[in-house]
Formats: sequence, structure tokens, C-alpha cells
Amino acid sequence: MTQSVVVQVGQCGNQVGCRFWDLALREHAAVNKKGIYDEALSSFFRNVDTRSGDNGPDIYKGKICSLKARALLIDMEEGVVNEILQGPLRDVFDSKQLITDVSGSGNNWAVGHKIYGCQYRENIVEKLRKTAEHCDCLQCFFIIHSMGGGTGSGLGTFVLNLLEEEFPEVYRFVTSVYPSGEDDVITSPYNSVLAMKELNEHADCVLPIENESLFEIVNKINQMINSGKLGSTVKQNSLVTSSAGSAKTLQEKPFDAMNNIVANLLLHLTSSARFEGSLNMDLNEISMNLVPFPRLHYLVSSLTPLYTLADVNIPSRRLDQMFSDAFSRDHQLIQADPKHSLYLACALLVRGNVQVSDLRRNIERLKPSLHFVSWNQEGWKTGLCSVPPVGHSHSLLALANNTCVKPTFIELKDRFMKLYKKKAHLHHYLQIDGMEQSCFSEAISSLSDLIEEYNELDATKGGPRIDPSRLKIAV
Amino acid sequence: MSIVTVQLGQCGNQIGHEVFNALCSDIRGTHGLCSKKENESYHDSCKERFFCEEESGVPVARAVLVDMEPKVISQTLSMAARSGHWKYNSHSHFCQKQGSGNNWANGYSVHGPRHKEAIMNLVQKEAEKCDRLGGFFTMMSMAGGTGSGLGAFVTQCLRDAFPASFILNHVVWPYGTGEVIVQNYNSVLTLSHLYQSSDALLVHENDVIHKICAQLMNIKQISFRDVNQVIAHQLGAVFQPTHTVGEGSGYSRNPLGDLMETLVPHPEFKLLGLRNIPQMPENSLAYSTFSWPGLIKHLRQMLIANAKMEEGIDWQVRPPHQGSSMPSTNKPLHFNTSIANLVILRGKDVHGVDLGSFQDPSLYTSWLNPQDAFSAWKTPRAFNKYEKSASLVSNSQFLLKPLDSIVGKAWNMFASKAYLHQYTKFGIQEEDFLDCFTTLEQVISSYTNL
Repeated sequence: MTQSVVVQVGQCGNQVGCRFWDLALREHAAVNKKGIYDEALSSFFRNVDTRSGDNGPDIYKGKICSLKARALLIDMEEGVVNEILQGPLRDVFDSKQLITDVSGSGNNWAVGHKIYGCQYRENIVEKLRKTAEHCDCLQCFFIIHSMGGGTGSGLGTFVLNLLEEEFPEVYRFVTSVYPSGEDDVITSPYNSVLAMKELNEHADCVLPIENESLFEIVNKINQMINSGKLGSTVKQNSLVTSSAGSAKTLQEKPFDAMNNIVANLLLHLTSSARFEGSLNMDLNEISMNLVPFPRLHYLVSSLTPLYTLADVNIPSRRLDQMFSDAFSRDHQLIQADPKHSLYLACALLVRGNVQVSDLRRNIERLKPSLHFVSWNQEGWKTGLCSVPPVGHSHSLLALANNTCVKPTFIELKDRFMKLYKKKAHLHHYLQIDGMEQSCFSEAISSLSDLIEEYNELDATKGGPRIDPSRLKIAV
Repeated sequence: MSIVTVQLGQCGNQIGHEVFNALCSDIRGTHGLCSKKENESYHDSCKERFFCEEESGVPVARAVLVDMEPKVISQTLSMAARSGHWKYNSHSHFCQKQGSGNNWANGYSVHGPRHKEAIMNLVQKEAEKCDRLGGFFTMMSMAGGTGSGLGAFVTQCLRDAFPASFILNHVVWPYGTGEVIVQNYNSVLTLSHLYQSSDALLVHENDVIHKICAQLMNIKQISFRDVNQVIAHQLGAVFQPTHTVGEGSGYSRNPLGDLMETLVPHPEFKLLGLRNIPQMPENSLAYSTFSWPGLIKHLRQMLIANAKMEEGIDWQVRPPHQGSSMPSTNKPLHFNTSIANLVILRGKDVHGVDLGSFQDPSLYTSWLNPQDAFSAWKTPRAFNKYEKSASLVSNSQFLLKPLDSIVGKAWNMFASKAYLHQYTKFGIQEEDFLDCFTTLEQVISSYTNL
């Protein structure tokens, strides 16, 4: 069994990360009734003997003593991390896993990447090493951050670089929250584009998230609950946005519902690596199957169902609906419509009481309405995990490598160019040691190249399919 | 003679478990429908082949379990032990912590050499426990990373370490519409490599078995367990003891050797397909009766028309006229030409069955005499509650179309160079791919021109 380490950077990263740990504990508590520290738990948690204080040794088997998250919490201002440490999760983290500063990055990628990066490099490396040492077989780093600010974006991508240097064999999965059009951070386009270059070059897989999509999903759920259309009540803990049953007892904060969606995404992604199933799908398989060319590693994700009714009996029709929903526009976690764009590859990770025939039936049913690239007409990767998420009897995560990410990137580029042409706010960046004009031109060039690659693929869509001729053998 | 089974990867281990389950449940059953003496002889022969005795009296499967991540093996071991009727040797397994990531190159070039010694030690131990080693039966899928890549490597090691032993690879072909996106690459690499070291490849296709589950077994929500149980039944029907020579002789002592001798006359032709009839849900068995002539007639037509199961057989397909020298282009469309066939009959009144229709020369290529191209093994001892059961193991054009389809899709992807960076980083280069494509195009060409 392998372990994963979560590195949460910046305000957004830490808030999402916090939700992740909370829901992870909830999920494992639901499955692990006996309180034994098992392999599934060990993928994200250490079991520490705290009787002699926080620095006790790890316990590898037997009863759970004190669970500690395999995480690194990084923020250049203290507010968010302090709140976490005063909240119900305070025992899940220890002081050795935190790196904080006081003044923040001022929404400036250069401050996060160049100044704090330099300043905290050794500290970060040392803490990463420590966390890695506690792992028997470290498979993956999950970075959670936002792209639009200064710390998550700048320092987050600095850490990404560091991970590649120090742990080249370990996978780097990045969950990036992209800024929306009405973002109140004026320099978010600069920060995002500068960060994109790093993601292009150093990440194995990126899961882009857009707040607008999360917001729409939250609204949809609220509407459904309030409209009373559902007839029977919805199971509170099944809501993909809910913290019900978790450690949080205080009033929910505004972003909590949205962040829970992202937390659920990460839980789902790693479920097959933690729990058993008839067709396992590990993290290295996700990277292998969904990344046909090194730079095209942006995966659009969707989670269904968003909620479960309290009714226990869910007929097959509802199961098929789950599959249909996964491909609909309003279930995607970025503003994109994969159905009308080109698929390079698609993965379906099902959890719960679903069998291979259900999977096959739905793939056959949905395939005709989807466009796949000519060299990957049957490009499906599937996984079946027996353990469903809390409150559900089954659920589905769809990951698509699809050209529908292009509009997000094009918009980003456009917003960047609007500022850059006028050289607006540029001086805040250029005055930082190590920053030059070339950083900007290289970054935008990297983004343009990426967009061009997607353009070329899109150009092949719908065109005549000419299969290359096979090798001829002399008889 | 005993057979050592090597179960590789998730698929290999899941199916392997079902196979030993099926074998064990068959010999424990009281539905043999034959004399007590026959039953005992069958029982002993099966035990010798697949199990060894332990002090506790619980038979221990002669198997080595290999996987690069621990979940499946640990499940397999505990499920077997829970049955109470058989188990695996608690030391005969090897696993690591992180799987092969569906990457053939990772399984073959990284895990293979790294763990060769440990794995081969386990195999050696199992081989030594056999009074007489009859050969190896490896079980794997070709779509993933461990079964396929590490499996190909291990097969090579077996060949090097046991040059005189028979090696039969059971290979599961994945669903056509993907379980793994790079499955066609992994398949091409696996098949071309196995072709070098293996004696024969016995193939099951997931699509085919799935259809059997849906249409014949009437299973509504088909799970991999259901699929694996059908596969296990079909394999059991081939490998349980039979009389290969004639009535009155003892049970065959060299099943793998006999299989190779009858079915693989030429190293260019190693692909074996398997058909088994009848197949039905267990609760229907009591209400069905079959006649041997009926079963034989269906099986023969399944062979000729390349039907995957006993429903939906195309009865229009006929063999070409006997006697005329037919270039392959003039042969009737969809006619499945055979090199060699083996029919295995189990159950009531077996010894009087007329198999002349299978000896029709027009079914075969001209290289062997029809008497040599066709063999029959029989036993009056019924198998797995089926009063009568007929299996066909065929070296014919059964797998030509599926193979061609896999190679075509892999080539299509290869031409765009998609995913190649995932393989080159572990040492499998484009030239290696080309070699594999060449090998398989050769195989396709050979089978096409029968």
C-alpha cells in the first residue's frame, strides 16, 4: 500500500485542505468500525503514540492511538492556519508540519515564488524529507492551491519545482483553483499565467477547478432542497457539499460547501488506491492512461451524484442517470462542456455497488454522443472500487482529458494580455529580485503553445478518419 | 504429473482463485455419475495435478501468487482460506507496495529484473514439491501492467530456468471498448514477447465471456466475479483429468504435454481458443437434458462458423468442398480453418460418442493427416454438475479477427506517438514497438493464409 502527502499552500489551499482532512476522517470512520489502524488509513494518516508527547514513535499496526495527517501546511500569513489549529482538527496536525509567516504575499506571484521561495527553501525541503521518511512507500504528492493569489500561486509552484527536484520518482498531482472573470484580485491573470508555466513543466497531472462551477453546483443543490421538489428528504451527509457527520461543529463558512466538493474529488480520486475493488485504479494508472503527451495533463473532473435521497432502493435507471450526469455541463468542476469538444482520454472511477456490466452498458450508451480523437476511439479507463462514499450506495468520478479546457486557458491569456499590453502593475513584479520581463514573455509563450496544441487536436475533430497503413509482411 | 500455476497481477490472481475453487468443488461433489472407482481415480489425479497435501488435510494449491501491490493477493489468500476446503501456501506469494501503473515497460523492465530472484525462488520451491513436474500454467491479463509486462518477463525466466518444461500461458483479452486506454500497446508487447518463450497461449476474451453471462447464464448485473467463474468453469473442463488414450487406460499423466503435442505442431501457430457447451445457470441444470449428437453437432458448427457460444450460431457456413485444391482466397467467407482441434467430453455415456464429423479433412489445413489433426479426450466422470459437458480447444482462425483488431488499434495509436513517452521512460523504445508489431503482423499473416 502506498502513501500520499498533501501540501496545502496559501489561503485557498489550506481551506480546501482542511475540508479534505475532515472528510477523510469521516470517510475512514464510516468504514473502519474497529478502530484498528489499517493500510487504507495509512495512505493519508500516520498513527502516532502520543502518550509521551507529540514526538512519539509511529505505530504501524494495532489500535488507533493518534492520527496525524501526512500533510504540509504552508501559508505566508497566519490567519488561516491558526484557525485550523484552534479548530476541531488541531490534533491532526503538529507544529512540525507548518510553515507560516506574517505578512502574506500581497497577491504577488513573484513575492511568493522568488522571495518566500528562496527564504523558506531549506525549511520546506527539510519538512518534506521528514514527511517522506515517515512513509513506507510514498507514491504521490497532492498540491492544493489557487492560481490567482500570491502565496498559493507563487510559493505553491515553487514547491512544485522543489518536489520535482527532490523527489523525482514521486507523482505530483496538483489541484488548482483558477480565478473567475469577476475576480477581485486585479493581478490574478499575471499570477495565474506565471503559475501555469510551472504547471506545464513540472506537474504530472493538474485538476483545474473554477469557483463559478463550484458555486453553481452549490446553488443547484440548495435549490433542490428548498424547492421541496424532491418529495422525500435528502440524506444530509450525502451532499457533495456537506460537512455533516464530520468534526466541524461550528457554523459553516461560506466557502465550506464549495471546498467540500473539491475535498470529495480528492477522496474519490484516491479511493481505489485505499480500498479494495474488482478492478483497481491506482494513481500511477491515472497518470499513465490520461496523459498521452507530457504537456497535455489537464484533467476536467466531474462528480456524481450530488446527493442521495433517503430512499434506500435506487432502481437501475437512477444508476444510469449518474453516468449521464457525469458528462453534463453542469456537473463539471470547470466551466466547460466536454460533450461538444474532443476527448483525448476519459477515466471513470466508480465506487460502491456497481458492477462491470453497468459500466459497460453505460459506456456503450454514451459513446456515440462523445467525440474521441482518431487514435483513441475507445479511450476509456475504468475502475471499480467496492467502498462507496459516506451517505451513498454508489458514486462516480469522471476525469477527462478533453480540449474543453481550452476556453479557460484562452480567457486567461486574454485577461493577461489586457493588463500586459498596458504594463499595468508590472513594476510590482519587476522590482522583485530574480524577476525580469522575460519571465512574463516566457510564461505567456508557454501558455500560447499549450493552447496551440489543443487547437491542432481540435482541428482533427470531425474530419475524415484515415487509418495509417499497416506493416506489410512478405508471405 | 503436477502443474505449477503462476498467478500474475489482479486478473491472474482473481481468476486463479476461481479456478482452484472450481477444481476443488468439482472433486468434492457427489455428482460424478460414475463408478466409485472412477471417481476416486479422478479425485487422486486432480489432487496430484493441482494440489499438494498438508498435515492438516486441507489441500494446498500448487501456485505462486505475484502482484506488485498487496490488496488483491491479500484478498485472494483470505478468501481461499475461508472456504475451508482448500488454501494457498501462506509463503508462496510475492508482492510489492506500488503497482505497475498499467505500464508494460514498468512491469517488464523495472519490476521484472528487480524481483526476478525472489519470484523464481518461490517457483523453484513449488516445482521441487512436485514428484514429477508436468509444466507451468501462467495466468495473466494483457491489458494492464503487471500481468502483462511482469508476466512476459516471468515467462521468459521460466523458459530459461526450465528449458525442458511445458509452459502454457492463459491470457485474458480485455473488452474491446477499453478497460485501460493503453491496453492495445500492452497487448501487442505481451503477445509478441510471449510468443518467443511460451509453448502455447490459451485465450479468453472478456467480451465473449460477458455475452455468455448475459445471454446464457441470465445474470442481470454481471460482475467480474461472474465472468471469472465462467472462465474457471471452462478451464476446469479442460484441465480436470481425462483418459487421453482410450477406455480402460488410466488418467493422463501429462496433460500439458499432451495438449501441446496435439495442438501445436508448428511454433508459428500458438494461439488456442476455447469453447465449452452447454453453459447455463446452475438452477437450470436439473431441467435440461442434452444428447451427445446434439452437443457435437453444435460444437462442430461453432468451430466452423467461429461462433462464440451456442446461441446465434450461423448454420449457413459450410466447409469448402472436399478434394478440390482451394487457395485461401476462394474459401467460403467466415469459414474458420483449423490446424488442430481437441475435443474433451465429460459425463454420461461418453465412450460411445461419434466424433467422425470432427475428422472431416475439409475442416483442416492440409499439413497434417486429419487423424493427427484431431484428438479426443474423454471421461465418464461428469464435471461441475453438468451431466454432459463438451469442450473444444482449437488451434484455428478463432482469434484472427480479435488479434487483427488489437494490432490495428495499437498501430493507429502508435502512428500518432501518443503515450510513447510513458514507455520510453522505462526503456521500451520505438524500435522495440516496431519489432513487436512485426512479430504480430507475421502471426496474423500466417493464420490468414491457412
